[in-house]
Amino acid sequence: MSIANVAITPEIVAEHGLSEDEYASILKILGREPNMTELGVFSAMYSEHCSYKSSKKWLKTLPTEAPHVIQGPGENAGVIDIGDGEAAVFKIESHNHPSFIEPYQGAATGVGGILRDVFTMGARPIANLNALRFGSPDNAKTRHLVGGVVAGIGGYGNCIGVPTVAGEVNFHPAYNGNILVNAMTVGLAPADRIFYSAAAGAGNPVIYVGAKTGRDGIHGATMSSAEFNEDSEEKRPTVQVGDPFTEKLLLEACLELMATDTIIAIQDMGAAGLTSSSVEMAGKGGLGIELDLAKVPAREENMTPYELMLSESQERMLIILKPGPEAEAEARAIFDKWELDFAVIGHLTTTGNLVLKMGEETVGDIPIAPMVAESPEYDRPWQPTPAAPVLDPASVPAPASLTGALKDLIGSPDLCSRRWIWEQYDHLIMGDTAIRPGGDAALVRVRDSKKGLAMCVDCTPRYVKAAPETGGAQAVAETWRNITATGAKPLAITNNMNFGNPTKPEIMGQFVGSINGMKAACLALDYPVVSGNVSLYNETEGKAILPTPVIGGVGVIADIGKRATVAFKAADEAIVVIGETKGWLGQSIYLREIQGHEEGAPPPVDLALEKKNGDFVRGLIEGGKVTACHDVSDGGLAIALAEMALGAKGLGAAVEPAADLPAHAWAFGEDQARYVVTAKDADAVLNAAAAAGVSATVIGRTTADGELKLATGDSISVSVLRSEFEAWLPDYMAAS
Amino acid sequence: MKSAIIVFPGTNRERDMAVALQQASGKAPHMVWHRDTDIPDVDLIVVPGGFSYGDYLRAGAIAAHSPVLRSLKEKADKGIPVMGVCNGFQVLTETGLLPGVLMRNAGLKFICRNVGLKVETSQSLFTGGYEDGQVLSIPVAHHDGNYFADEKTLDEIEQNGQVAFRYVDENGAMNAAGNPNGSARNIAGVFNKEKTVLGFMPHPENAIDSAVGGTDGRGLFDGLVRALS
Repeated sequence: MSIANVAITPEIVAEHGLSEDEYASILKILGREPNMTELGVFSAMYSEHCSYKSSKKWLKTLPTEAPHVIQGPGENAGVIDIGDGEAAVFKIESHNHPSFIEPYQGAATGVGGILRDVFTMGARPIANLNALRFGSPDNAKTRHLVGGVVAGIGGYGNCIGVPTVAGEVNFHPAYNGNILVNAMTVGLAPADRIFYSAAAGAGNPVIYVGAKTGRDGIHGATMSSAEFNEDSEEKRPTVQVGDPFTEKLLLEACLELMATDTIIAIQDMGAAGLTSSSVEMAGKGGLGIELDLAKVPAREENMTPYELMLSESQERMLIILKPGPEAEAEARAIFDKWELDFAVIGHLTTTGNLVLKMGEETVGDIPIAPMVAESPEYDRPWQPTPAAPVLDPASVPAPASLTGALKDLIGSPDLCSRRWIWEQYDHLIMGDTAIRPGGDAALVRVRDSKKGLAMCVDCTPRYVKAAPETGGAQAVAETWRNITATGAKPLAITNNMNFGNPTKPEIMGQFVGSINGMKAACLALDYPVVSGNVSLYNETEGKAILPTPVIGGVGVIADIGKRATVAFKAADEAIVVIGETKGWLGQSIYLREIQGHEEGAPPPVDLALEKKNGDFVRGLIEGGKVTACHDVSDGGLAIALAEMALGAKGLGAAVEPAADLPAHAWAFGEDQARYVVTAKDADAVLNAAAAAGVSATVIGRTTADGELKLATGDSISVSVLRSEFEAWLPDYMAAS
Repeated sequence: MKSAIIVFPGTNRERDMAVALQQASGKAPHMVWHRDTDIPDVDLIVVPGGFSYGDYLRAGAIAAHSPVLRSLKEKADKGIPVMGVCNGFQVLTETGLLPGVLMRNAGLKFICRNVGLKVETSQSLFTGGYEDGQVLSIPVAHHDGNYFADEKTLDEIEQNGQVAFRYVDENGAMNAAGNPNGSARNIAGVFNKEKTVLGFMPHPENAIDSAVGGTDGRGLFDGLVRALS
């Protein structure tokens, strides 16, 4: 009995992750019962992953426009104008569930998928970034997951030859059963040569290129749209296997094809493979599409239409070519050169239907417009997160010494050096990495120019958990600050919304709050969202992750020669804090790591102040008035100063806390909108700040003695800090 | 100086190499595809970094049997200078043009960072832009850079002056701390006997610009141009 003849029972519907209402809508659209292949197509299209059914209502409220936005959300990646006829193309995407089940392949294919999203648009990828969240270091699985994910990201990016330049890593018990692997790619394209996915021209051929289709990853989109339970490990076969070598060939072949004049539309086969790519391309073009699945290059024998439509085999693309044998011959020659499959598997039609054939036999026939129009959209009940109490800094105990606490913090899992990770990533290939990993943001030169793109990923999940709106705004503001700290002007963001089960009102409340905060920040900072991804159901056995709306930011600097970096440059320079220090300890790293509490409200985010202080700092950098610049975030001023000293050989600093605050609140408070800069001429900075109405305070000077003095009689050697900073991660990974 | 760069499927540092060669020589190198059996008449042939054919069998092993390699060997036998960098070094050892093999890094992990690199001899057409014993800071980016040969071979290549570069620590000392991948006797690069073929793991092509990564790699390209123009 062929699978197409299986009767559809309520159990089969439920196994496909479809609700009764969703199934009723399918019956209405078709006017009959679907067969298994059709049910599979609907199940993929209506999965959370493809339909954004729980999040759409809220995502639509985000600001997505600005004069420099060429393409906002809705395409494979966002596109912004960076001047001189060039565009930056970027997006972030999660691969959380697969990475927990199979860390190497899960992370590797996450990188492969996001790279394809970017080169599908006609861009050459120039940088990869990643935001990773792991469980507690004490959790039995964490070490294995860290090792596998890092090796997978490196294995893919290193082979395909795109530098991995920046990232962030957090450890927290809330991720014990559900790690987060968010991968971002930034590419460059000529602004007038962007490729889109909307099909056009009935009769035009539909071309399949790339790797062959196998039985891997079937139902990946459905799996990633469900909670984990103890059986999830058995879903290992749903994880795809990556081949960066094939993707390298596909990248070069696609870019070569895009230089010709033969492509009408192109879309990568990502989640839900052939299903989502064919439906989206035809749907956007208002056309029908007919595919002969017997012509799909298959890796295995006797694959069913169901399997062919739902396979998530990697390194594949769907292309609509211009009509005629010349276009086909020209395109085919390119894929022959790169030894990749090239098959005409169908054509566009005027019927408006997705018609699936297996040779002569019709195995599926679905009207596309109703399927897309009836795509579920839910207004899930949500409940705001109760406001956390504001913590009085005076109520938080002081450490025995500031430098003692600093030593503990700098060697803690969340603040220690990530060198062990980024040395496994080729971060230098392409020869344009102007700020390497470890800075506030990475800076990548735009080929054959002086211009650079600054980029980073950030989120502070503990802030989001305590106050979603503040946390959502803070994540946006922190990327904006990190880009600003290099001297670049932040232009746009991509967001990766990682949350728990959206059918729980408190989780949905976190989502809504984060979106609202993000929206406010994007508007205030003129920093729109151009692409993104939503990952829900990040729960295991009913326990949700911390709400983690990761922001990837991109900015531009006209001359990389004018960039600012974190490290102190010389002794006897003034150290100036831009922005006001109020000693906010609620939700601080100090409170968590040194006092063992996660409590209180997070630091408020004053967006107007962020803008004013950041614009001022960027002006200082542009004007050559500062020698180093670092944003102040996790761990406060003390950590910022330590990182500036760690980046320099033999230098130190001597500072004094403000008299009107508890010293530990001054040192470790996480007030926002702050930067530390160093200057030869402090007065020039202070005068400019006074003129701009910006708070600027000289807190001390850099020194030649290699000591970091945080207060009179309280100093520590930078080399001691360095060994603490560098030791934790390699020691942890070497242990067993 | 006219040059050619061999490009295999999976090669990925060919552009970085082309930029460096063009910067030093003022001429764009010929890019030679792996299926081509003819390498144009040039003064220098470069096998660049990457993952030729995915490096799925063993790094460089399949490339060593590609059509273009037959042509490269013929040219090398006639004394045309050949330089292999990273995956290119692996290819040249696999073809037998250079002694030794490159095994998985001793730490078993891919490693990307700047290393100290000591120029063992300036007496070659490749290293004439440096001083004897000069210590450079050049990045490495590889998974299989652990140079190995038996003791007899190692003694021989030392005696013949075939060691081009060694890994050293930040103070210029040759020791385990300065050895990123476990290479025998800290060897980072070797010549053939005639010193017309050179292979090494580090990437001088990523150290040619003060704005990105420093300029310690320029000596190699400038020296080549002086020797071969």
